[in-house]
Amino acid sequence: MSDTILETEGLTKEFRGFVAVSDVRLQVRRGSIHGLIGPNGAGKTTCFNLLTKFLPPTRGAIRYDGRDITGMKPAEVARLGLVRSFQISAVFPHLTVLENVRVALQRHRGGSFDFWRAESVLKSLDGRAMELLEDVGLTGYAKVNAGELPYGRKRALEIATTLALDPVMLLLDEPTAGMTHEDVDRIISLVKRVAQGRTVLLVEHNLKVVSGLCDTITVLARGAVLAEGDYAAVSANPDVQAAYLGTDPGIAGGGH
Amino acid sequence: MAGETIASAAIRPDTDIQGFFGFSRPQAIAFLVLVAVVAVSPFLLYPVFLMKILCFALFACAFNLLIGYVGLLSFGHAAYFGMGAYIAGYTAKAWGFPPEVSILLGGAVGAALGLPFGWLAIRRAGIYFAMITLALAQMVYFFCLQAPFTGGEDGIQAIPRGTLLGIFDLSSDMAMYWLTAFVFLAGFLLIHRIVHSPFGQVLKAIRDNEPRAISLGYRVENYKLVAFVLSAGLAGIAGGTKALVFNIATLTDVHWSMSGEVVLMSLVGGLGTVFGPVVGAAVIITMQNYLAEFGAWVLVIQGAIFIACVLAFRRGVLGEIAHALKVKL
Repeated sequence: MSDTILETEGLTKEFRGFVAVSDVRLQVRRGSIHGLIGPNGAGKTTCFNLLTKFLPPTRGAIRYDGRDITGMKPAEVARLGLVRSFQISAVFPHLTVLENVRVALQRHRGGSFDFWRAESVLKSLDGRAMELLEDVGLTGYAKVNAGELPYGRKRALEIATTLALDPVMLLLDEPTAGMTHEDVDRIISLVKRVAQGRTVLLVEHNLKVVSGLCDTITVLARGAVLAEGDYAAVSANPDVQAAYLGTDPGIAGGGH
Repeated sequence: MAGETIASAAIRPDTDIQGFFGFSRPQAIAFLVLVAVVAVSPFLLYPVFLMKILCFALFACAFNLLIGYVGLLSFGHAAYFGMGAYIAGYTAKAWGFPPEVSILLGGAVGAALGLPFGWLAIRRAGIYFAMITLALAQMVYFFCLQAPFTGGEDGIQAIPRGTLLGIFDLSSDMAMYWLTAFVFLAGFLLIHRIVHSPFGQVLKAIRDNEPRAISLGYRVENYKLVAFVLSAGLAGIAGGTKALVFNIATLTDVHWSMSGEVVLMSLVGGLGTVFGPVVGAAVIITMQNYLAEFGAWVLVIQGAIFIACVLAFRRGVLGEIAHALKVKL
C-alpha cells in the first residue's frame, strides 16, 4: 500500500476560458488530516467538486488508492469509500433524523431495489443508526424531521450520515461554515475523533479552524497552489500572509 | 451494547403507533374509511360513475408516485394510460382474451413503454423532464392515430368485458364494479408498499437531495427508472380497466389533455400524500360529471379551481387536512 491515498496531477478546470483551478498537484497522505485553504474564490470548492467527481476536470488526472478515478461517476467514487460532505448542509429534510442515517446504512444491504418489501425490514439498521446519532449527540432528535433541526445539528447529522458509510476517506467542504463558536468547537473535536483510522481532506476558509486540526495544509490562491506544509510553515509564508491580509492587491483580489 | 439499549428505548414508541401493512395509525384509519366508501358507494351511486373515479384514482396515484416521491413531473402519462386502454381493449375484443389477462397486458405494455421513455427522460430534470415526456407522449398519440389496430378516429368500440377467471360474468355493472374496486385497492396498496419500502426510502432521499444521495453512492438514475416503469405500468393497468368499464378505448385516452388532467387531480388532492390523488380524482370526475350540462364552461370552472388550489391551499385538499392534523396521509 502506498503512502499517498489521494493524488492529483495537473488538475485543471476551466469555465468558458476562466481558469478556476490551474495545474494543481495535490498529495494526501494516508491517515492524515489534510487542509485545503485559501481566500474566497481561490478555487477550493471547485477543486473539491473535481476530486469527488461532481465536476469533470478540463485536464489532469486524479488517483485514489492507486486507481485512476478521473473518468468515474460520483456514485462510483463514493462506492470506493471516498465520501464527501457539502458546504450547504446536506440532509434529507423530509426524512427523520434516524431515516437520514439509515438511508446511508442501507447502502450496506446492496441496491435496495426491493420495492415489494416492507420498510420494517430496515428496523435491523436502527440500532447502528442510533449509535451513530449518539456519537454526534443527536439521540434526542431521532424522530424529528431533519429539515427542522438547527443549523449546527444539521452539520452533525451530515457527519453521522457520512460516517454511516464507514468511508475510507472523508472530504469535508467547510464543515464549520456559518456556525457559532460552540458549534465550531464541537465540530472540530468531532472531526478529530472521526479521523481515527481514516484520511480526511477538509476545505476551510477559516485559518483558525485548520490550525488545530490539520497535519498538512495546502494553500490555494487564484486556482493554483501557493504553499504547502504544516500550519507553522504555511502561516509564516509571506505569500500566504499577503493572500490572506491583502497586502498584495493582485493576489487579494484574485479569483473574484 | 450501550448503543443498542438506547436505540431500542428510543424506537419503541414508534412501534406503538403502527397500524397494519406499514400504515401508520392515521393512514390505517384513512384506509379503512376508503375501503368502507368503496364498498358502500355502489349501493348509493351510479356504479359506472364510481368506476370512472376508481380508474382515474389509480391513474393519479401512479402519477403521484413519480411527482410526489421522486420529484419528477411527467407530462406524458396519458401515453401509458391510453396504451394500456388500447392493448386491453384490443386483446379483449380481437383475440377474446379474458379480462384479467387483458388488464395485466395493458399494464405490461404501459411498463414496457415506460422503460425506453423513462430511460430517455430521466437524463434531464425539472421542466426539461416534463417536456421530454410530453414529446414522447405526443409521438404515441400520433402512432395511435395512424396504427391500424387502434381504429384511428373511431377508437376501439364495443369492447367485451368478458368473464373473469372464466367464472364471473362482468357484463353487469355491479360485477364489473367489484373487479374495478379490487384492481384499484390492489394498485393502491402496491403503491403504498413501494413508497414505504427500502426502495421508497431511497426514492424519498433522491427527491429531497439528489446530490447527497449520489454522494452516498446511490446510482440515482436506476432508482428513477424503476420508479418510472412502475408508475407507467400502473397507469397502463388503470387505462386497461377503464377500457373494459366503458367498452371503448379512444384517442382521448392518449391525448395530452389526459396528461394534464392527471396532474390536476394530483395537485387538487395533494402531491406526495398517498390518499390525496384519490380525493383529487373524485373531486375532478364529480365536477366533470355534474357540471357536464355547462358544456365548455367545465374547463373554465376547472381552471378556476386549479388556480384557487395553487393560491389558497397548495398542499391540496388532503395535504391541507393532513397538515392541520399534523399527520402523514
